[in-house]
Amino acid sequence: MSIFVFAESSDNQYKKSSFEAVSYAAEVAGKTGTTVTAVSIGKADNAAQLGEYGANTVISINGPAFDSFNSEIYAAAFAEVCKQGNASVAVISNTYCGKAMAGRVAVALNASLASNVVDYPDTSNGFLVKRGVFSGKAFAYVNLTSQVKVLALTPNSVEIKKNGSAAVVTSQSVAAVSSTCTVTGTNKITGKIPLTEAEVVVSAGRGMKGPENWNMVEELAEALGAATACSKPVSDMHWRPHSEHVGQTGITIKPNLYIAIGISGAIQHLAGVSSSKVIVVINKDAEAPFFKAADYGIVGDAFEVLPKLIQAAKSATAS
Amino acid sequence: MKILVCMSVVPDTTTKITFTDNNTRFNTAGVQYIMNPYDELALTKALDIAEPAGGTATIIHVGPADSEPAIRKALSMGATDAVRINAEPLDAQFVAAQIADWAKDKAFDMILTGRESIDYNGGVVCPLIGAMLNIPSIQVITKLEVNAGTATIERDIDGGREIMTCTMPFAASAQKDLCEPRIPNMRGIMAARTKPLAVVEPVSVKTGVEYQSFELPQPKQGVRMISADAPEELIHLLRNEAKVI
Repeated sequence: MSIFVFAESSDNQYKKSSFEAVSYAAEVAGKTGTTVTAVSIGKADNAAQLGEYGANTVISINGPAFDSFNSEIYAAAFAEVCKQGNASVAVISNTYCGKAMAGRVAVALNASLASNVVDYPDTSNGFLVKRGVFSGKAFAYVNLTSQVKVLALTPNSVEIKKNGSAAVVTSQSVAAVSSTCTVTGTNKITGKIPLTEAEVVVSAGRGMKGPENWNMVEELAEALGAATACSKPVSDMHWRPHSEHVGQTGITIKPNLYIAIGISGAIQHLAGVSSSKVIVVINKDAEAPFFKAADYGIVGDAFEVLPKLIQAAKSATAS
Repeated sequence: MKILVCMSVVPDTTTKITFTDNNTRFNTAGVQYIMNPYDELALTKALDIAEPAGGTATIIHVGPADSEPAIRKALSMGATDAVRINAEPLDAQFVAAQIADWAKDKAFDMILTGRESIDYNGGVVCPLIGAMLNIPSIQVITKLEVNAGTATIERDIDGGREIMTCTMPFAASAQKDLCEPRIPNMRGIMAARTKPLAVVEPVSVKTGVEYQSFELPQPKQGVRMISADAPEELIHLLRNEAKVI
């Protein structure tokens, strides 16, 4: 019995969500008296650092077939080392790539699968995990009964704990399965923080009146080191790309801070953001339903409040 | 061109979520059920590909008879026929196993799903089916074109998009941007009444996931209002009280 965790990387760098996943695995291993093996697939700098987050050993799998992400190839390789190491729990980040792998890993390991996991398991009687359901409107407790469990951990759900030391990295050669899919190109949004992983999100709605006014939203986001998001009407009107739409039929996010500007707070929007730790609402309508779900609120015109807020954010973060 | 589109039936997006029986069951009282919005995109794309090629787009759904109005909606959008596996959709692995078992000997060129269902949000049925049938599974696609048996696909990755080619068969899950969902017209609605809807009994599948209870998020403690003239106060509170920036 042991815990295996997939450390996802992008542009040779491990994602923050990978450090969370390793920290999570270490916590579960501590509770159940077992060890953590982190598995790094493809090119990534400094695999040894995964030890600092609690991995006892690190397995690195490399080769031309692993240079770009392919869920078939990655899942088969990860499942292979899980099998060899007799893994009882496999932890993967609940990112697009992670979820794409998790399903295939679960089939390969004949395991119980839970995605959207938001907390540590309760292992006192079985293996009970808490997962988000109804697009953030509720949580479910599910008992995983198979011998092997695959968990996809939602980013920003647990704290990163850095209390280990660099681990020994073992390169393992794993034969890549053949795939009829070939990645021919990537279009990365550079210099921006991915929305699903952002700790701070600045989001705006129809109250911004038009796409031309988004420079203020972006400026505030930049000052706070935040990702930008928007409401459904805004993406429906093509003011902003669909990938920024948070809400029931968009993305569900879980940042530490969510700032909503000119968004009234329809139930579908709240669904996507209600797991945020702190919510700030700025709206000129004091009756906007969003204020009921907020921690801090400002009743005011976005066009008057935002410039002052940007100024304050800039001087605060500069100090 | 033979396409299978997997469809789930979910509470309408405006539904207020509550639970009954000591928080062990979703309270279905007064809930309006709809075709999962992402599955509408999957079906629309399937039709856009199948129709010009003289192909078929079959709907498959795992669920009880209550789901039939939503299945008829899919048929009115243009699906060729439909299959309902007569079982409660217990969890993603159960649903995927039912679909994979039914589809395994039917030589579909592609199997499309929505990115996730908006109720349980698992987002894993597509890779589960892919793995069970040993075909590629491509998640959250935003573009799909087929040319001489090869598909060109774009999909969302965290912080960008990836472009890939894939030969058929494969499974893929539909994300926004893939297309605009079709709206059934009167002819479609009339035709849907007589389209075949087969009911198939489920195969026995061992599930390793048991839903035990549900919980609603903690309500907020109440909002603290800040004057619009002093937004710097907000920054100060976020820094020193909430400690989030």
